[in-house]
Amino acid sequence: MVPARLGGSVALRRTPFHPHHVAAGARLVPYAGFEMPVTYSGLKDEHLATRAAAGLFDVSHMGEIRVRGPKAEDSLMWLLSNAIRRIAPGAAQYNAMCNRQGGVVDDVFVYRVAQEDFLVCVNAANRDKDFAWMVANDPHDSEIIDEGDDWAQIAIQGPAAVQITSELTSVDVAALERHRFQSGPFAGVTDCLIARTGYTGEDGFEVFLPAADAAPAWPAAIAAGAPHGLVPVGLGARDTLRLEVRNCLYGHELSDEISPLQAGLGWITKLRKPGGFLGSDAIAARKEEAAPVLVGLLMQGKRIAREGMMVRYDDRAVGRVTSGTLGPSVGRPIALAFVDPAHAAVGTELTVDVRGRDASARVVDGSFLDHASQEAT
Amino acid sequence: MNIPDDLQYTDHDEWIRAEGDVLVVGISEFAQDQLGELVHVELPEVGATVTAGEVVCEIESVKAVAEIYAPASGTVTEVNTALDAAPERINSEPYAAWIYKVQADTAPEGLHSAADYRTKVGA
Repeated sequence: MVPARLGGSVALRRTPFHPHHVAAGARLVPYAGFEMPVTYSGLKDEHLATRAAAGLFDVSHMGEIRVRGPKAEDSLMWLLSNAIRRIAPGAAQYNAMCNRQGGVVDDVFVYRVAQEDFLVCVNAANRDKDFAWMVANDPHDSEIIDEGDDWAQIAIQGPAAVQITSELTSVDVAALERHRFQSGPFAGVTDCLIARTGYTGEDGFEVFLPAADAAPAWPAAIAAGAPHGLVPVGLGARDTLRLEVRNCLYGHELSDEISPLQAGLGWITKLRKPGGFLGSDAIAARKEEAAPVLVGLLMQGKRIAREGMMVRYDDRAVGRVTSGTLGPSVGRPIALAFVDPAHAAVGTELTVDVRGRDASARVVDGSFLDHASQEAT
Repeated sequence: MNIPDDLQYTDHDEWIRAEGDVLVVGISEFAQDQLGELVHVELPEVGATVTAGEVVCEIESVKAVAEIYAPASGTVTEVNTALDAAPERINSEPYAAWIYKVQADTAPEGLHSAADYRTKVGA
């Protein structure tokens, strides 16, 4: 996964599973510096298969940053918004990493490998930025190592994920609680981390594999999963799956300018933890501002509201769409948007300017799956 | 890639079949492949007047929107309402899933033969 320079442009990185994506006929696109599969058999099929049985995702593009040392917990208590000290070795926790203005540098998942050893899973596009930020702002001189090239990562998500994963490892994955992980072999690859985490809203696992040995795990997972309905799933359906359950995507619902509270991440933003955290003062100060807040929009018609489109209330611009798609399991177009808090209440009727014509939308809370139309189920 | 010889093709990747002076309009296999899975077809109104080279309607896939242009000036005589409920038919059978028919007042311009269109899209 080392980039080569070709003719002055940076060649796209490839994950260890790349040859299998090519062989499967996947459509490959550049994403965060990697050549990644966006779809195999079709986005809708992949999406519905994940909700009905299981999907296999190559997420090796994600970054991994190791933080360890006697003060590693204190380092992360300062650098991250949630309360890392509350989790024991073997547990994982969602966090925001914030800047001094209270914006979000990245949203990350932290795995506590040992008392003084953490693996921070970061967004692929933010890997270099995050690493530089953590090194520059760690007050405790912990050991911080970019291990992004050392790890491949796959996700098995869906109601059949437990059955399939249990056939691929000696770890008792059925007994693993949500947001817990264990090290062990996976599909013949040793020294993996198997975590009961995910991004799709389904039960399932994310598996970290040593990159150098990882390649055989992909066909092994396909072979074990196919009888249970597992299909390979590209980044296209990964996006529609996460959007249906309202998981944020950095660069859309989160950015260096957006505070975690605006994006609905108050539950991981521990403003009152002792000593605060980097950015907590700014976030607290911004709490009083009438900043736009993230809402879910259920479109009333068939036209899709897309990123960047204007949201109106009574002909007045009140916000902008950050993500939008047809929700394959919802059966209707869905969107997330930042909206003036005065017009963000659940049930508010808004309009989205879809290429010059108004499309009606209603503010809804919770997962979009709770609003599935009859014909989609 | 299937580019039937008995159709003509536009620069916007529509296919055109002439039935007398009525032109039947759909999108090519290449176009549907580029767009990905279609989720919505905004059909024009029957009776609408269209102008050669201008947008008639739009079709929407999960990830993109494409505009469908008029190959000639004239009047929309028929629209494929089956696509309202099943827009994905454009993906599965692009040459059967026509979108609209136009009674042409002018001769269509800028159409390519199948052979030329194959060269253009590298099929």
